[in-house]
Amino acid sequence: MSRNSSTNGTLLEVKDLRTYFATEDGVVKAVDGVSFELKRGETLGIVGESGSGKSVANLSLIRLIPEPPGKIVSGEILFGGRDVLKLSPQAVRDIRGKQIAMIFQDPMTSLNPFMRISKQLMEVTQTHLGHSKGQARAHAIKMLELVGIPDARERADNYPHEFSGGMRQRVMIAMALSCRPELLIADEPTTALDVTIQAQILELIKRLKAETGASVILITHDLGVVAGMTDHVIVMYAGKVFEQAPTAELFARPGNPYTRGLLRSVPDPLAEQGSLYQIPGLPPDLARLPPGCPFAPRCERAEDVCRNEFPPFVQLTPEHHSLCHFANEVYAESKGES
Amino acid sequence: MEAEREPLISIRDLKVHFPATGGSLFGRARRTVKAVDGVTLDIYPGETLGLVGESGCGKSTLGRAILRLTEPTSGEVLFRGQDLAHLSNSDMRAQRRYLQIIFQDPYASLNPRMTVSQIIGEPIDTFRLARGSEKRRRVQDLMETVGLSARFLKRYPHEFSGGQRQRIGIARALAVQPDFIVADEPISALDVSIQAQIMNLLDRLRREQALTYLFISHDLRAIRHVSDRVAVMYLGKIVELAPAKNIYAQPLMPYTKALISAVPVADPKVELTRRRVVLEGDVPSPMNPPRGCRFHTRCPYAIDDCREVEPQLVQIKPNHFAACIRISPEQPDIDRVAAGDAPGLRLKA
Repeated sequence: MSRNSSTNGTLLEVKDLRTYFATEDGVVKAVDGVSFELKRGETLGIVGESGSGKSVANLSLIRLIPEPPGKIVSGEILFGGRDVLKLSPQAVRDIRGKQIAMIFQDPMTSLNPFMRISKQLMEVTQTHLGHSKGQARAHAIKMLELVGIPDARERADNYPHEFSGGMRQRVMIAMALSCRPELLIADEPTTALDVTIQAQILELIKRLKAETGASVILITHDLGVVAGMTDHVIVMYAGKVFEQAPTAELFARPGNPYTRGLLRSVPDPLAEQGSLYQIPGLPPDLARLPPGCPFAPRCERAEDVCRNEFPPFVQLTPEHHSLCHFANEVYAESKGES
Repeated sequence: MEAEREPLISIRDLKVHFPATGGSLFGRARRTVKAVDGVTLDIYPGETLGLVGESGCGKSTLGRAILRLTEPTSGEVLFRGQDLAHLSNSDMRAQRRYLQIIFQDPYASLNPRMTVSQIIGEPIDTFRLARGSEKRRRVQDLMETVGLSARFLKRYPHEFSGGQRQRIGIARALAVQPDFIVADEPISALDVSIQAQIMNLLDRLRREQALTYLFISHDLRAIRHVSDRVAVMYLGKIVELAPAKNIYAQPLMPYTKALISAVPVADPKVELTRRRVVLEGDVPSPMNPPRGCRFHTRCPYAIDDCREVEPQLVQIKPNHFAACIRISPEQPDIDRVAAGDAPGLRLKA
């Protein structure tokens, strides 16, 4: 895949996005300074554990943060040159579903259980593309065929509960791609699915991406999914970007102890069994973050400076950054091993 | 390898069928879901047997049926010379001391109104294993064993994270010093970094306390890591059984091949070059499983015979069993079997 910016224009640029929530325990900085650039046709993976801020970051992109208690307190989200944060609610609604589409983890809760599949698909293009009923129906069936629903014409009039989990996720994808969006945000799209169905859905997203030229943001906790699907990766922890790099580089030469730990704690099905590395401790309580690096209490190489001072976002290569006091040392170690 | 050892648990042709009402509102048709449909399996002392399969394959029902948390329809579960499947309820209760379970959902499986000390202490009371200060000491020891501070004894489940709750569930299972534990998706609800902690904890406990596990999971990476042997289940039947290493390196049966090739590997270089067997379609309904080989509707290798003949689990390589008529000990590699041939059919003669 070409990463030449002269042929691949930038579709989305996020600058210093911060989304905070007011809670009983105080302000929770769910997303605290996320920046990235996504080129046309590229896939960005956002990896993190629960509470890392990966989903909030993406809900912020399309302004779906419930306010209150949430609030996007700063940042710019430049989509096709326009700042999404400065648009009117109506303008955001126009972008949502048309130029930016989302698929979520649980298709059952994202589909209306009382509405036929065909009707739900038709609504999208009737709303956004001004399709007539007939056009919308034809398009709906075409989309269902595209995502591999067998007997699409007959099954289009089923209700969601008559479909299996994998089929429902296909319907979600069909719906998301109905208006040929420029950006598809997939939030844990395969987490609720079995592994053979996961493989089908990931293949489908890859194929449709190649056919439509859409950019994709793939949010997942699964490093294996990221390895096979993405061009760039952002690793989030406690609302912060801990590491950001091209995918091959991140896996070969991680420059952050958290990323290294995550990579080592996933059992490799192709390797010999051995003792599995484990990151000690628990993810932090975002309302009570320690003063220094949020990962310091769990980090095996933490020193006093890590516990007292917030770490710098170190540039390791022009495209590879790591939030760590010892980023250069960790990177050098990884280089030595790879 | 296992030939001379006595199994701790012997499952013989175990079936669990559930009645299901189908049809329209008026004409109710009586049907059965054959969740477990004739499973024969030995579990050896000290081993972790991984049981893997997709949702609806019957793996959890099998685990529960062994412990009689779900009543088996027929078959035997032999444990220390007794058939658990046919014990009276009171005799079975006595056996539960040796047979424990850890559940998937650490949120739903702990009583929210009980303190941690009450939760872990309950089985100790039930089986009258200790009282008073002796019991308190035991509960404290168990907390430490699973990596929880004894300071937390008076706290309630909601005050803990998912990983910590799973540790409480493990401590509760260990409280009676069991021989055998069914771990039913024990890490599925947990974050990646916490999954590794729980897998390592379970492994350490097995070695220290001479435990035997049936580790049930849909996560093939976890199964590979924790298991000595792996059993693959599809629509109520075991379709492949082998040492973990062999089954991942050389899966024999097409379903296992597809499952293993579908597992994402956290290495972009590997992912780029892997050949993936992407299966068509979904798992058929267990209410109406396909005739012959139950996998034939999705199997890229299926031939006409597969639609008719139900394959038996046979030894194809040493300690490596598979249920597929298209392979045999002489021709274990399905990719090299002649088109349309079913060498497995000639075995019975």
